[in-house]
Amino acid sequence: MTALLSIENLTVEYAVGGKALFAVSDVSLEVGRGETLGLVGESGCGKSTLGRAVLQLRRPTGGRVTFDGTELTRLDGEALRLMRRRLQLIFQDPIASLNPRRSIGDIVAEPLVITGVVDRGERERRVRDVLAAVGLDADLVMGRLPHEFSGGQCQRICIARALILEPELVICDEPVSALDVSIRAQILNLLEDMKRRYGLTLLFIAHDLAVVKAVSDRIAVMYLGRLCEVGPTEQLFARPAHPYTALLLEAIPVPDPTVKPAANLAAGEPPSPLDPPSGCRFRTRCPRADQTCADVVPELREIAVGQFAACHHPLG
Amino acid sequence: MTAPLLSVEGVSVELPTPRGALRAVDNVDLALAPGRTLGIVGESGCGKTMLSRAILQLLPKRARLGGRVMFAGRDLTNLPAEALRRLRGPELAVVFQDPMTSLNPVLTIGTQIIETLQAHLGMDAAAAATRGVELLAAVGIPAPAQRLRQYPHQLSGGMRQRVAIAIALSCEPKLLIADEPTTALDVTVQAQILDLLAREQQRRHMAMILITHDLGVVAGRTDEVAVMYAGRIVERAPTSRLFAGMRMPYTEALLAAIPKLDSPPHTPLPAIAGRPPDPTRPLAGCSFAPRCRYADGRCRAAKPPLGDPERAGTLYACWHPLGLSESASA
Repeated sequence: MTALLSIENLTVEYAVGGKALFAVSDVSLEVGRGETLGLVGESGCGKSTLGRAVLQLRRPTGGRVTFDGTELTRLDGEALRLMRRRLQLIFQDPIASLNPRRSIGDIVAEPLVITGVVDRGERERRVRDVLAAVGLDADLVMGRLPHEFSGGQCQRICIARALILEPELVICDEPVSALDVSIRAQILNLLEDMKRRYGLTLLFIAHDLAVVKAVSDRIAVMYLGRLCEVGPTEQLFARPAHPYTALLLEAIPVPDPTVKPAANLAAGEPPSPLDPPSGCRFRTRCPRADQTCADVVPELREIAVGQFAACHHPLG
Repeated sequence: MTAPLLSVEGVSVELPTPRGALRAVDNVDLALAPGRTLGIVGESGCGKTMLSRAILQLLPKRARLGGRVMFAGRDLTNLPAEALRRLRGPELAVVFQDPMTSLNPVLTIGTQIIETLQAHLGMDAAAAATRGVELLAAVGIPAPAQRLRQYPHQLSGGMRQRVAIAIALSCEPKLLIADEPTTALDVTVQAQILDLLAREQQRRHMAMILITHDLGVVAGRTDEVAVMYAGRIVERAPTSRLFAGMRMPYTEALLAAIPKLDSPPHTPLPAIAGRPPDPTRPLAGCSFAPRCRYADGRCRAAKPPLGDPERAGTLYACWHPLGLSESASA
């Protein structure tokens, strides 16, 4: 599989009160054409910042992002704007990402207006097509305003808007975490359908491992700005190599009372990204940590075929 | 069976809206014995939070409450405000979803704990401060004495929720209502907070109502589960029995819609089509009928009562319960 998106040594730092906040530190990842890469981690791990840095919405402080052979990190102005048509973003809060005063027809057509599709008839035809594709009845929805729709329907509208320019890569940032369980399943199924129909490549960012597993070919796990582990989905779930991946897996509540919740999960919470631990950033919560972990930043290395972990003492 | 500590009898909550009365809670009955844990599960808008507010007598002023809430022999719905105030803390306590909004941002953690202890237990300041440190230590907060001097914004979400739990537990309540206590938290922190609640609940022999949208959260941590849909309890059973054989198609569909860790990637999820009914336009029949794959004319015409036709401890409101032969369900 050829890489459509390649991220090399990506670093994003924010200045917070005169100190550097290490949101993303030295992350390298590739996403193959037609692949879904799931990116998981807890709040503040840098997964959303990574998604935005790919689109150059937040300029990286270091590293390179290459999309289909073009280095996005070197583009700006018009060249970047043209390139962004091929990359789209879907956000967590579908209601907040729609302008409350504009009709659904206008909202979904706007990318076409911006990219210079002047023919009204063509715009309307394409809006109708994409609304039908996401399961909405164009005649019923085009003239209405966002507040007339539920969260699940608003997310369908956001997906329609993201797809209307027929992008190649869609970055989904927690697209279902604001939705109820019954609606979440509908949207996940829809994303899978759309991926097939439009031949999409997805970077799927979420904190819920079960949700990520349902849609991803490979999964990348982040902790405090660094990549812990990357691997094929089933392999990573069956044999996590990084203790943090294992902790995330154990912490998922299982809807089965015969499965007792794991006792004595690694205590504590992620430390502040303003002052991350030296060496391995997970070491302060890791049962396997020793002096090496405090002294040396673990490099990502291949543990099994296609599975990489950044750990001095990998599991299994 | 011991006498219930809490008994909710025919409770309904109506809220006036511009489009007419919204029946947020519709004729709910519940009972909870001392030291037991009840999970209330449902999606947004199903009425689970309004039901907990009705129990706590914390409903919005404009809400109309029907039915009775019997707690330790008293009907909370007609207690005077002062008597209710004395109950809250030593008898009834609550932990809300968002610890940032339930804690006062301009007071230190210490002030908030100490004031609770002084107001409800009549402790002096020094004793209350000592007790505050003990409480913070009990809920797993490192360096509790320093934390007492800090403000909520200086703590992480998980630590703030621990503080909220410490305050709720400070007066040794007989009943703790935890309303989505971990929804705002990360998954590893969620597990710790749920463990903490379970440990303290057992240690204090406290009754607990755990309200959540996540069947996974109630599965391992409750004695009994009530599933709510469109303001009603549609199924209620001991937890192990519920998961072993659900009768109500909504419960089954809700469980099926959760992505499973053991299914391979790209397995299509059995989603529930459509969405819950408009609560200002109640349906004549079963509220779930428009989304239910078993629904027929009877379901649309008449509301199924919540009952225990098998006399086996599982209550459900369905004309076509799952897992039974048609003859048994008729």
